[in-house]
Amino acid sequence: MIEIIIEPFKYEFMMRSLITATASGIMLSILGPFAINRNMGFMADAMAHATLPIIAVGVFLGFSISELGVPASILIAFFLGYIIKNSNVGEDTAIGIIFSSFFALGFILISILNVTINLEDLLFGQILAVSRFDVFIVTAMCITVVSLIIIFFKQLLFYSFDPIGAEVKGLNTNFLNYLFLVILSVAIVASLQTVGIILVLSMLLIPAAASKQITNTFVSSIYVSILFGVFSSVSGLFLSYFFNLPSGPTMSMVATFLFVVCFFVNQLKKTKI
Amino acid sequence: MKSTDDRVFDNTAIIVSDGCCVQIGNTQALDDVTFSITKGKKVAVVGPNGGGKSTLFNALAGLAPVVNGSLKINGLDPQDAKGTISYVPQKDLINRNFPLSVKQVVEMGLITRNSLNLFARKQINLKIEEALENVGLSDKINENINNLSGGQFQRVLIARGLAQDADIILLDEAFSAVDVGAQEDIMSLISDINLDGKTILVATHDINNLEEKFDEVLCLNRHCCAYGDPSEVLTEDVIKEMYGSHYEMFKNHTSESHEKHND
Repeated sequence: MIEIIIEPFKYEFMMRSLITATASGIMLSILGPFAINRNMGFMADAMAHATLPIIAVGVFLGFSISELGVPASILIAFFLGYIIKNSNVGEDTAIGIIFSSFFALGFILISILNVTINLEDLLFGQILAVSRFDVFIVTAMCITVVSLIIIFFKQLLFYSFDPIGAEVKGLNTNFLNYLFLVILSVAIVASLQTVGIILVLSMLLIPAAASKQITNTFVSSIYVSILFGVFSSVSGLFLSYFFNLPSGPTMSMVATFLFVVCFFVNQLKKTKI
Repeated sequence: MKSTDDRVFDNTAIIVSDGCCVQIGNTQALDDVTFSITKGKKVAVVGPNGGGKSTLFNALAGLAPVVNGSLKINGLDPQDAKGTISYVPQKDLINRNFPLSVKQVVEMGLITRNSLNLFARKQINLKIEEALENVGLSDKINENINNLSGGQFQRVLIARGLAQDADIILLDEAFSAVDVGAQEDIMSLISDINLDGKTILVATHDINNLEEKFDEVLCLNRHCCAYGDPSEVLTEDVIKEMYGSHYEMFKNHTSESHEKHND
């Protein structure tokens, strides 16, 4: 049994994939409870899709997706934050405009610049192709995301729960707003190789949503979300190896399975009460 | 719950509004508002919808700029007085999706701008317990806020302001979206609470028996219609000035009608 479990890790690419999957699982699922309670799913989806034109130009100029990660994240976070704050069309509409137009621009740029990108890998992830440098970057981003969340946890929670109260209390809410957008954007961009532009949302939202079904407090929902996120990533990787399945979609389906189980556990609890 | 009947006011004016004008978009939401509130008072802010109650609170909280005149808190502009005010906003402006405990919400009053809390854990817990005792919710400290009634939730937010040691607590439309029982609950809390020198301003539509619960009333209809002791200032003329054609609904709450009733 143990031999079967450790068999994939005889290959270096599987070790690299395991570390990347774990890092992505941790950083997305630590942010998930904030995202779902602030109804930021659509915003996160827009962030993922908005990376496409940056990736197209970056790859054309000779950079890898990992190298583009941090600057792309900051650019997207500030751009989205600014447009939402200053447009008068409503948050959903502003996000929708950015989401679709950036995605469209990305495809046009890929075509015009004749960039060699495997679109399927970009949309659904290709974790088995990560390099040592990618592993280093994703791990560094994971440590940064987790550290910032720990340091600013109470302030971010106050701001998310009662933004006006936080501002009146004297917290720098503008800073907190952009900080969270940058952290979220970093986690999303860093996870693109693991699960891709389309499925990154599933790894952000589904472990957190599953966790919310079975926990009573916000802090416990974060712990359980991380557990589910890492479990989905790692077991998805294993399943994809043994059954020759695409890794990103398999991770996403494991997370969905966990959600369905937690949903029914919650329903059962309610019926008993 | 602690209560106080022997409050001693030092006569320092904590809020001074001198011809204060606030503009929201193209609308003059407050025009030439002048009043002065003494430290430690419980003040009801009344007026019709759109009369400027929330605008005044936003200006006090430093969220809406004063375009003309002046508004001072402890001699400072509202922007510089942030942190000395605790603001309990209208219920729908708070995100109750978060499954937080009562303790976590009250602790928010102790969070500082520099993130890492300067209080030791023991001191934080002590402050939280004191604040919750003051609002009569000591037994709910670990309760999820989503299990609380509307009135209890308002109490938690007031406790947050007490823990913060804010000089001024603003309750904006504390009674909107809560049932009659919860309104009574908050009103009795405001009557009984030991503010320990803190000043509390409550925006309310209910002008019934204000003199029993508040030291002073500020009557607003974009301008200051009257300010002072509720039993003196809520005259027929002032209520007419505030509510115009809807005056009939409120005429039984004038100070004159109360006097007649008492005779």
